[in-house]
Amino acid sequence: MITLRARGGLSLRLRPRAIAVGVTCVLLALALSVLAIGSGDYPMSSADVLRTLTGQGTPAEEFIVTELRLPRVVTALCVGAALALAGAVFQSLVRNPLGSPDMLGFTQGAATGALVVVVLGGSSLALASSAVVGGLVTGALVYGLSWRRGVHGYRLILVGIGTMAILTGVNGWLLTRAPLMDAARAVLWLTGSLDGRGWSNALPLLIALAVLVPLMLAGYGPAMRLVEMGDDTAAALGVRVERMRLVVLAAAVLLVSLAAAAAGPVNFVALTAPHLARRLTRAPGPNLLPSAAVGAVLLVGADQLALRAFPGHQLPVGVVTGVLGGAYLVWLLATERRAGRL
Amino acid sequence: MLLLAAVAVLSIAVGAKPLPLTDVWQGLLHHDAAEYAVVHRMRLPRTLLGLLAGAALGVAGAVMQALTRNPLADPGLLGINAGASAAVATGALLFGIGGVGGQVWFALLGAAAVTAAVYAVGGGRGATPARLALAGAALNATLYSYVSAVMLVDTASLERLRFWTVGSLASAEPSTVRTVAPFMAVGLLVALAVARPLNALALGDDAARALGARPALVRGAVIVAITLLCGAATAACGPIVFVGLLVPHLVRALTGPDLRWLLPYCAVLAPVLLLGADVLGRVLSRPGELQVGLVTAVAGGPLFLWLVLRGRVAHP
Repeated sequence: MITLRARGGLSLRLRPRAIAVGVTCVLLALALSVLAIGSGDYPMSSADVLRTLTGQGTPAEEFIVTELRLPRVVTALCVGAALALAGAVFQSLVRNPLGSPDMLGFTQGAATGALVVVVLGGSSLALASSAVVGGLVTGALVYGLSWRRGVHGYRLILVGIGTMAILTGVNGWLLTRAPLMDAARAVLWLTGSLDGRGWSNALPLLIALAVLVPLMLAGYGPAMRLVEMGDDTAAALGVRVERMRLVVLAAAVLLVSLAAAAAGPVNFVALTAPHLARRLTRAPGPNLLPSAAVGAVLLVGADQLALRAFPGHQLPVGVVTGVLGGAYLVWLLATERRAGRL
Repeated sequence: MLLLAAVAVLSIAVGAKPLPLTDVWQGLLHHDAAEYAVVHRMRLPRTLLGLLAGAALGVAGAVMQALTRNPLADPGLLGINAGASAAVATGALLFGIGGVGGQVWFALLGAAAVTAAVYAVGGGRGATPARLALAGAALNATLYSYVSAVMLVDTASLERLRFWTVGSLASAEPSTVRTVAPFMAVGLLVALAVARPLNALALGDDAARALGARPALVRGAVIVAITLLCGAATAACGPIVFVGLLVPHLVRALTGPDLRWLLPYCAVLAPVLLLGADVLGRVLSRPGELQVGLVTAVAGGPLFLWLVLRGRVAHP
């Protein structure tokens, strides 16, 4: 760990390993993106892709890259980063390695909002906004119900799990209400898929990331690290614990809802990315930025795997993350159990 | 008991095709009545299955809560029913097995595996309710995404399992009941047989040994019972949540914590709840129907929240 000191009492601590991991993951995500853009029915070499991205390709290549493939890849990057960031925030706030938003009902809330639009019929904009509303309402509900002179991690977990079970039932009910064609679309959406995503899907998420990430990092990054030591300690050190929790939770729920609106409730990215990031950086604390980078790598990689695993048969990306994440989870339960942390 | 009889009558009498009570009675008793087919082929097996599955889930929930000493233990919430579904989906994918006769074996296998896993996580010291519930939720998510992966990859399995995965009594036939009844009966008997030593186990292993119980043997028997009950119930009607969680809590308010009273009451009251939910599902969305698994999830969830917020769940 390196500490930089400036005149006037300002200081900044840097962890070289965390920075190295973050930079490596960003580079890896970019490399995977270039590969992803280059592959498809019209294969392009990486050099061609880079040339086209810098604005020197043929019109045909330009169209394929910027209109067809780039939006999908950007959506994948943003969704992965947003989910991972939200997962890191939640795991840090409820102090449990399994406390990710998809276990606590927030993703399901967004899914309910979106399903209402799928069943009633509506544009993709209506779907996205409905998903955001669903996620935020669920977030407010869970927060409100678990409030009792402050919100504690364990009550948040239990209320979240109850909410998740209810919403899963509601989602199933909405599915049975839908006509068959819509139901098929809804099932695909519920698994989480990146098929046919355009700029309209990526942009809201991109904007939200650009606004919320600096806010969370600059405003509440240090506070979150302190709160991990316990509410009382953090309060003694000058953190306004409840306000910080409310703001950070709201931001995380917003990210999850927008991600779900863009790609559907993709399972397990929010759970696994922060774990991987923590293992790689070996740093305590919420590890927000490395988590986001790892999440982006995971989702772009999983999407490519989903496209190529069965030639001639495209799987939705949610299936790949679900199965891989499940395997990771079983391993995690086994090791954490042995270490006595669970 | 009276309540149970009333709900059973309701379940036979109420359906997508409205029949007056006298016709139902005719159909029940006389072979040549026009309603004979409706009553005997559809409603009677459905009611019987509801009775059996409800009893199985309720008792399984009660013994699980006793075994893990965790008020939030529920075969649905902790992923045991999902484990059975995952195994059934595997059976459908690899061997094309769709009937209850084949499903039941796979379901038992899956239920056994997840029961062992949950016990390994939840039986240990320091496993708080919140942690156990989270582990279960995570396990649930994994297994369901596996099931949906199977259904997306293989359309034949999707066709076979689409309605089964939400949890429904609608597919009940006389043969279904005949297939799963023995498993559930054995499971119920085992659970009742260990009620007394399991009571002793609540005092801690040492105290239980002093009272003449053998902890390892009892735990093994309980796991066998849970596997049989949940596996058979899931094979017949798909994964159903919250019945196993709520009924023991409601019953405990009546009988107190003694399992020898708790279990029989659960076996009576749980079917009341399940059949009630089933009837409600049929009434609410005529002429179609709402799968019972959905009704229990939507109606049971708020009760779960109430339990949590009332502070019935110990602070870690």
